[in-house]
Amino acid sequence: MSASEKLPAAGAWLGITLGERRALVASVIIFIAAGFVPLIFGGYVLQVTISIVMYAAFATSWLLFSGPTNYIALSTAAFFGIGMYVTAAGIDLLPYPVLIVASGVAGAAMAAIVGLATLRVSGVYFVIFTLGLAELIRQFMTWGQHVFGTMSGLYVTIDRSEPMYYWQLLLLTAVIYLVGWRIGRSRLGFALRIIGNDEVVAVHCGINTARAKLVLFIISSTFASIIGAVVAPRWGYVEPGVAFNPYLSFQVVIMALLGGTHRLWGPVLGVIPFVLLWELISIEVPSQTTLLLGVCFLLIVYVIPNGFTGLVEDALRRGTSADGTAPGAAQRIFDPLRNLLQRGKNRNA
Amino acid sequence: MDIVIIGLLLGGTYALMAVGLQLQYGVARIMNLANGELLIAGAFGAFWLYAGTKASPLLALLFVVPLAFALNWAIYRVLILPLVRRAKSQGKLEVDSILATFGLSFIFIGIMVTFFGAQYTDYSYLSEPIFIFGERYGLNRVVAFLASAVLCAALYLWLHKTRTGLALRAISVNPSAAGLVSINVARASALAFALGGAVTAAGGVLLSMYLTFDASYGVVFTLKALIIVILGGVGDIRGTIVAAFILGLAETAVATLIDPGLTLAAAYVLFMVVLLVRPEGLFGRRTA
Repeated sequence: MSASEKLPAAGAWLGITLGERRALVASVIIFIAAGFVPLIFGGYVLQVTISIVMYAAFATSWLLFSGPTNYIALSTAAFFGIGMYVTAAGIDLLPYPVLIVASGVAGAAMAAIVGLATLRVSGVYFVIFTLGLAELIRQFMTWGQHVFGTMSGLYVTIDRSEPMYYWQLLLLTAVIYLVGWRIGRSRLGFALRIIGNDEVVAVHCGINTARAKLVLFIISSTFASIIGAVVAPRWGYVEPGVAFNPYLSFQVVIMALLGGTHRLWGPVLGVIPFVLLWELISIEVPSQTTLLLGVCFLLIVYVIPNGFTGLVEDALRRGTSADGTAPGAAQRIFDPLRNLLQRGKNRNA
Repeated sequence: MDIVIIGLLLGGTYALMAVGLQLQYGVARIMNLANGELLIAGAFGAFWLYAGTKASPLLALLFVVPLAFALNWAIYRVLILPLVRRAKSQGKLEVDSILATFGLSFIFIGIMVTFFGAQYTDYSYLSEPIFIFGERYGLNRVVAFLASAVLCAALYLWLHKTRTGLALRAISVNPSAAGLVSINVARASALAFALGGAVTAAGGVLLSMYLTFDASYGVVFTLKALIIVILGGVGDIRGTIVAAFILGLAETAVATLIDPGLTLAAAYVLFMVVLLVRPEGLFGRRTA
């Protein structure tokens, strides 16, 4: 927001600037419009749309922590699984809304433990720890079920229609957005951006970096657990191998990166094309999904390191630059490729 | 007694794979998350040779090691070096290399599934018993341990007695200062990365002699190797070897006394303790 847009008289409501108000209104309109999807479409289209909304919720909640701090969290699957299991375990004992809250609390507690152990030291250790977290909890779950002699899976049966899941997930996504937007405007959000830019500077500014990171990691993970609680009845049957599937974490990271991590609305731009692409891949070449996931990772790192939002911003910046030679977004994509090929040729020569 | 000996035998073989990662992360400063997949590739190499010709898996080292060396050299040159050049800071490089090597690990898994299938694989080589202090142990474990010990010792001597080894150790202490004393840091880093990959693949060959593996199992080994490296201290081979024995013992103890399904949990408990008590590792230097 530029200073000229701050109109104290017109937009003094809660200190929200005019531009921000426009964005808010636009977001509300988009969310309401998205709410009509189940009324128009059904069947396969609705299924894919539910997927998109679910991953949008995942990717945006992932972004809350990993976006500003640049700490790659690979724990989405772990927290998602926790949410599913809490819901599955309590479905016969407690009303469903209570379970949603309980899932959030369980996720938050787990995040607090993990965060306290890992967030005080370097970022790499955090990545490594979260990488194995889902597998670790899965091992404990399997072991626990083995020891206590319960069956390996749990059934979650409550009656919900597909549109209901869609609206629940959409509402949740809206809440995540709102929380993310609030955090972005707060002292905490500012602190996190400083941490992401240079942690040493942040410490010298008097920011309690460990606390700031911990709070955000807990918020982000809580949402992942709540998504688990929301989705559990749709899956119907919960077992360790399915609930703690590590690929979920990677997919969420890749979607968020594809969209770009510098803007709150970035991940959605990545989620929509990626989910569609993934549907196509799982239908056409189901045996090579892992390989193609790897290729996607490499493409993002080497070709579009700042994601789609980065491309858009670069294009805008160049478009407004004085010298009129504004290379388009397409050129931004192909330049690194051409350089790579060029270098290969030079070496061969 | 059982636990101690099996743990030591396992730890000795772990040492080799962890030393490989140590060279990549401690010297070349690239967090290579495709490390475990490389190990599995080595294991498949040994399996392929044994299933085809009944030749000793130790012979597989002869082609697995050079291949892994060449492959890792190429990976460093083509994929990692542009990231190193592009990176504005060490932190940014870490994020980039983590993501890139993730991509690589998935590609490796995909390729291995295509060639060898997704099922669990093992083969039985030298599975006759050997008696140590009156107890039975698999001869294959002992052979793997001895081979690993020989390779580790050779590496250790090479790092401490040769000029190139000295250069690598200098880079692990401070890459920019190493550049000032006319060490070609880019070249030596590529060497360390390639060598690390070769050593890890060799570890895979040895582990395949008595462990069951499948194409997607690499990430568990990546985690174990990382935990060993961090436990021992980044940039210190001695620490890595000691830590490998600690992890081998801890895993064997947990597997025997509680449940074989909890080996990763054992590794994680160790990891937690290190992070809380001594984040720089057993032999590490405290920085900053």
